[in-house]
Amino acid sequence: MTHETGVSSSSDTGHGGPAAPSLARVRAQTGHELRTLLGNGEQLLVALILPTMALLGLALAHSPSLGAGRRIDVVTPGVLTLAVISTAFTGQAIATGFDRRYGVLRLLGVTPLGRSGLLVSRVVAVLVVEALQVVVLGGLGLALGWAPRVAGLPVALAAGVLGTATFVSLALLLAGTLRAEGVLAVANLLWVLMLGLGVVLPTDQLPRALGTVARLTPGGALGDVLRAALQHATLDGPGVGILCAWLLLGAAGALRWFRWSE
Amino acid sequence: MSAAVEVRDLRRSFGRVRAVDGATWSAESGCVTAVLGPNGAGKTTMIEILEGLGRADAGSARVLGVDPWGASADHRARVGVMLQDGGLPTRSRPVALLRHLASLYAVPSRVEELVRILDLEPAAGTMVRRLSGGQRQRLALAAALLGRPDVAFLDEPTAGLDPHARLDVWDLVRGEADRGAAVVVTTHSFEEAERLADRVVIVAAGRVVASGPLTEVAAGTSLEERYFSLTRRQAAG
Repeated sequence: MTHETGVSSSSDTGHGGPAAPSLARVRAQTGHELRTLLGNGEQLLVALILPTMALLGLALAHSPSLGAGRRIDVVTPGVLTLAVISTAFTGQAIATGFDRRYGVLRLLGVTPLGRSGLLVSRVVAVLVVEALQVVVLGGLGLALGWAPRVAGLPVALAAGVLGTATFVSLALLLAGTLRAEGVLAVANLLWVLMLGLGVVLPTDQLPRALGTVARLTPGGALGDVLRAALQHATLDGPGVGILCAWLLLGAAGALRWFRWSE
Repeated sequence: MSAAVEVRDLRRSFGRVRAVDGATWSAESGCVTAVLGPNGAGKTTMIEILEGLGRADAGSARVLGVDPWGASADHRARVGVMLQDGGLPTRSRPVALLRHLASLYAVPSRVEELVRILDLEPAAGTMVRRLSGGQRQRLALAAALLGRPDVAFLDEPTAGLDPHARLDVWDLVRGEADRGAAVVVTTHSFEEAERLADRVVIVAAGRVVASGPLTEVAAGTSLEERYFSLTRRQAAG
């Protein structure tokens, strides 16, 4: 006999039911994403260990020159920018690129979670990891004497969210168009390039031509906006404008060219 | 009563290639329907449209009376999908992954039941990327059946499995149909179609060249003979 597996005799009614409520689905997927992220050594390296080393190295050294003000007050916003790039851009691009390669995006797209639920869960997971980074790196900065301007905190928070949206959209554009190996190479390369282009060093401290280029990159713009907010409690309007332009570019490109399978 | 899966004059082209060229067929609840056809015949494109992963250029695709493209989460909860490439996150572990996926459904979990039937317990703590091909295959099947789907699309569910595992999977799939699900199996195996299917759909060059109850399609010969005569003629024409 072929029906001895107990499938038909399980205690249920035998019929499919509705999906779990949307909030429960997103919560479950966010938890899954976080467990995957935090259980991934390479991800922890770029999210926490490398930014921590940058923070300690730049705060305790005397060169390169970081311009006016106390070094720790310049370094900490820069390292927070690096943390946002690591999580929202590099980590997301690589994870999404390989999930696309292995069909994970397709599989989750046909479960009750769906594509929009997956996207929301990923963004929430990124925000949670960033919050963790802010606590660890900000805490370390404070221990080293960082004194952020309280009046600049709301602007910094808003800029962090804007920067996250910008980098996630750029990550999706990259991950949805290149092959997984290409995503890995480009995402890592851009992380290294941005590191030197106004993320941890203020753009006005770079050689002039390089500084202008750096200012126009999303990393340089976010670095400058966060430094202006946290160091001087001022709003760097042009920097915000540059970020918005990258966000539009990334989102429009991802909507137009993102492919769910390779 | 309308069919659980209904495809009418479905068309989909990629550039100049007509992947699906006016296909019409259906699958009923409580039946296993095997879809056979050579590589490139348009099976995958057609099934992807039914799964909501692709869009048709023309014609209609209905699953449980709904257009799968952009269908609701509740619709997706009633449709189980086993993809050809598995789609399993490589860093997950089987049982944890199934528990997670089960939490996306409102119905009670059947993780333990599927883990037992598909013998996934020995692999419970192994990362997906370290699983054998057969284990991955069984895990993907378990993922497709977690929500007790009313319609299940299974892409080559026994490819690469050893004979014992094949029997277990066939029993499981038969059980799904017996509890009332419409099960659509794409396969290259005549043995699988003959052992498992109530109905058969043969696809060639984007069209359905035969469909109906297994015995009717076989028309007094073996399914294999009938398949070759139908698909060769189509390829030649």
